[in-house]
Amino acid sequence: MRLLASFLIGLIFGLGLVISQMINPAKILGFLDISGNWDPTLLVVMGAALVTTLIGYRLVLGRPKPLLDAAFHLPTKTAIDRPLLIGAAIFGLGWGMAGLCPGPGISAAALGGVSPWAFVAAMLAGMQLQRVIKV
Amino acid sequence: MENFTPLSAAIGGGLIGISAVLFMAVNGRVAGISGIVAGALTPIRGEWPWRLAFIAGLFIAPLFVWLFSAEKPPVVFTHPLWLTVLGGLAVGFGARLGGGCTSGHGVCGMARLSKRSIAATGTFMSAAVVTVFVLHRVLGF
Repeated sequence: MRLLASFLIGLIFGLGLVISQMINPAKILGFLDISGNWDPTLLVVMGAALVTTLIGYRLVLGRPKPLLDAAFHLPTKTAIDRPLLIGAAIFGLGWGMAGLCPGPGISAAALGGVSPWAFVAAMLAGMQLQRVIKV
Repeated sequence: MENFTPLSAAIGGGLIGISAVLFMAVNGRVAGISGIVAGALTPIRGEWPWRLAFIAGLFIAPLFVWLFSAEKPPVVFTHPLWLTVLGGLAVGFGARLGGGCTSGHGVCGMARLSKRSIAATGTFMSAAVVTVFVLHRVLGF
């Protein structure tokens, strides 16, 4: 049950990415390149996702527990610390170089080609690397 | 701004939001892709099957769209492969160090009005804009 639910929810997420063209690096770079022919699409995607989530979370988090788990597992960290800011800056650097972030990378890989698969492989390597290197 | 596609952006963004809300309603967690993927790399019993199922959904989605539309959804890389690979490394490393990515901080965290996520999103957006500016206008990529 949990497997099926997770699959379907992942599918909806992916459909959102594909329909909004967020799996296309050229589209992402068109947004990030503010000095060129700027494409505000990403801002609308994030805005729509944010408003939907903001309203939905209000409804869901008022419930005593989630449908298929004993309790909500919300992030507990609140500090704006060095790892957060350095990590976010490195993430942004990579996002600008590749034009892809984790979700879109995985969806783009499904359509084939060397570049998205190379991106995903490098991303997984970067995740593993973070476990060994201390910043 | 002739590349601007607001309608499909709003529909797609809405679907991403619905997915994030359903994920919270069902699994009680924020739908942060980098966290879900990183968790799938370290197999903990009872934990990683649902993570792999979510990733499988993410992977199937473009094929699903391709099946029902006339053409393959475009995925165009304008940067060289080595830059994509280097970017991938930084994306994976930075997302884990910073505790989230575009989905976890940018959508879910901001929707919870988390100051941490707002700071992270502001930081990675700025870093990405500066990176693309330097790559395109200074280095000529």
